[in-house]
Amino acid sequence: MTARKTARTLPLHLILVAVGAVMVLPLVYAVLSGFKSTDELSSNPFGLPKHWLTGNYTDILGGSDFWKLLGNSTLIAIGTTVLVVAVSALAAFSFARFAFRGREVLFTFFTLGLMFPFAVAALPLFLLLRSLELLDNPLGVILPQAAFGLPMTIIILRAFFREIPGELEEAATLDGCSSFGFFWRVLLPMARPALGTVSVLAVVTSWNNFMLPLLVFTDNTWWTLPIGVQQFQGQYSAEYARVFAYLVLAMVPALAFYSVAERQLVGGLTAGATKG
Amino acid sequence: MTSTFLADKRSGQGTDLPPPEKVRARGRARRRVLHWLTAVAFQVPALVLFIGLVMLPMVFALYAAFFRWGGFGMPSDYVGTDNFTDLFDNPVFLGDLWRCLVLVVLSLVFQLPFALALAVALNQKLRGRAVYRMLFFAPYVLSEAITGVLFSMVFAPDDGLADHLLGAVGLDGVGGLWFADPSYVMATLFLVMTWKYFGFHMMLYLAGLQSIPRELTEAALIDGASPWQRFRNVTLPLLAPTLRISVFLAVIGSIQLFDLVWVTTQGGPDHHSETMAVTMFQYGFKRYQVGYASAISVVMFGICLVFALAYQRFVLRRDLEGATTTMRGDGK
Repeated sequence: MTARKTARTLPLHLILVAVGAVMVLPLVYAVLSGFKSTDELSSNPFGLPKHWLTGNYTDILGGSDFWKLLGNSTLIAIGTTVLVVAVSALAAFSFARFAFRGREVLFTFFTLGLMFPFAVAALPLFLLLRSLELLDNPLGVILPQAAFGLPMTIIILRAFFREIPGELEEAATLDGCSSFGFFWRVLLPMARPALGTVSVLAVVTSWNNFMLPLLVFTDNTWWTLPIGVQQFQGQYSAEYARVFAYLVLAMVPALAFYSVAERQLVGGLTAGATKG
Repeated sequence: MTSTFLADKRSGQGTDLPPPEKVRARGRARRRVLHWLTAVAFQVPALVLFIGLVMLPMVFALYAAFFRWGGFGMPSDYVGTDNFTDLFDNPVFLGDLWRCLVLVVLSLVFQLPFALALAVALNQKLRGRAVYRMLFFAPYVLSEAITGVLFSMVFAPDDGLADHLLGAVGLDGVGGLWFADPSYVMATLFLVMTWKYFGFHMMLYLAGLQSIPRELTEAALIDGASPWQRFRNVTLPLLAPTLRISVFLAVIGSIQLFDLVWVTTQGGPDHHSETMAVTMFQYGFKRYQVGYASAISVVMFGICLVFALAYQRFVLRRDLEGATTTMRGDGK
């Protein structure tokens, strides 16, 4: 029985392994190439390195540039996440637990934000940030990222807040809790899984953003990792092996984050897409 | 909560109260206003952020699109719809529209069916399916810019992984210039997009497939439906909402495609991989033709809007459903 089943699923496994190989190959290629010299890259493109050179990696890790990019990316991601989750939680609370005139209109207004991508508003946003003197300031990236993250975050949190039983709020009110007290002391602690989900989404979106930091940061003080990688490639375009090492190091934080937060990320993306 | 919810909603809709209760009604009205103010107060921070940084810039772009303007001071040189008529005479922009369509069609024909097939495959009990899922989805978490740099190395002419691989299986000279070849740059770009994004669509489909009650496919099985019939007549119709969202996201993704193109080709060679977002960037930030670039933003928005309306109709329907079921205390 199991043998027959294995035989039946064998072609499927072959296909899946082939697709998996295509997914992994560029990444493995980059990791191995980082351990080679640029000369060895063309003579020995996919074999293991003849001599494992660690210099490409250690040079980058030994310098301060890479760490600065990492720090900037982290700071901006945390700032964006705290802001968008805090502001969205308040709004979602009001949408989920209050009945008020104009509620559905207001909610639709926020969902309009889902309809147009960031690139559409990039130019006027840049002009606005310039007139507010927020260029070359991390807030120039944090505030717009948070604003553009609002619709999705509100939609996901609203759906979650609605599922918390009304009896809890009645009980809290009888115990003398104000609306905000209920929100702060009862709802938020209960909503921890949902808050985790939207936070993971916000972190990943901010971490990977390229266009906004490219526009806002005219000098390298606040550059984030994606910008740094692009600049590094431009600067060392002839030294392939070094660029590969840089790429690999730049990918590590995102992949590490993914491996610990996969459930929240997938949950958030699918919830966002199906509940929206 | 449910009961006060109901009462508030009714009074909110202005049901007339019997006259003897007038005094109490006044107290109620005050409570209602207070209630409304509390509810709205929670919305204020989100509204300020959203209106200030999302809606206002968009409205301003709509205004600036009717001016010839370099981006400094206020726009004053009103040119009517000239920017738009120029835009639709601009071969680069018309090419952008064509390339956007090409990417959407390629996604619909190859990427999404491929993602759906893998989702169906991974929806059954299979050894190692969690590993496959995690692996296929992994590139989604990488930045488009970093992915772009990686693949500009993989597809480096003559010396990249792709050419070496083709050479190793005896296909010397099949590859070549990749991103630098006007005829193949879009195909190369599409390959990279598929590598990065098919796993995301697969995950959407998997979530959709898992929400289909097993009883339905089992019932079809008992009725003697073949695997294809079960897929075609049970699974696919029930997956329709997920498919619609996935298509919508693929379309939006093609319209706003920027990072990947900017990092790999900057729209070249000779505009052959330029997208609307790249053209907008070139005019707005490199040539300081801000009015003209705003017109591109407006057209992009218009296209998104047309696609979104179909989607929004679906969302609105669900929202109305949500509003009525909330009244019965059911959260969904």
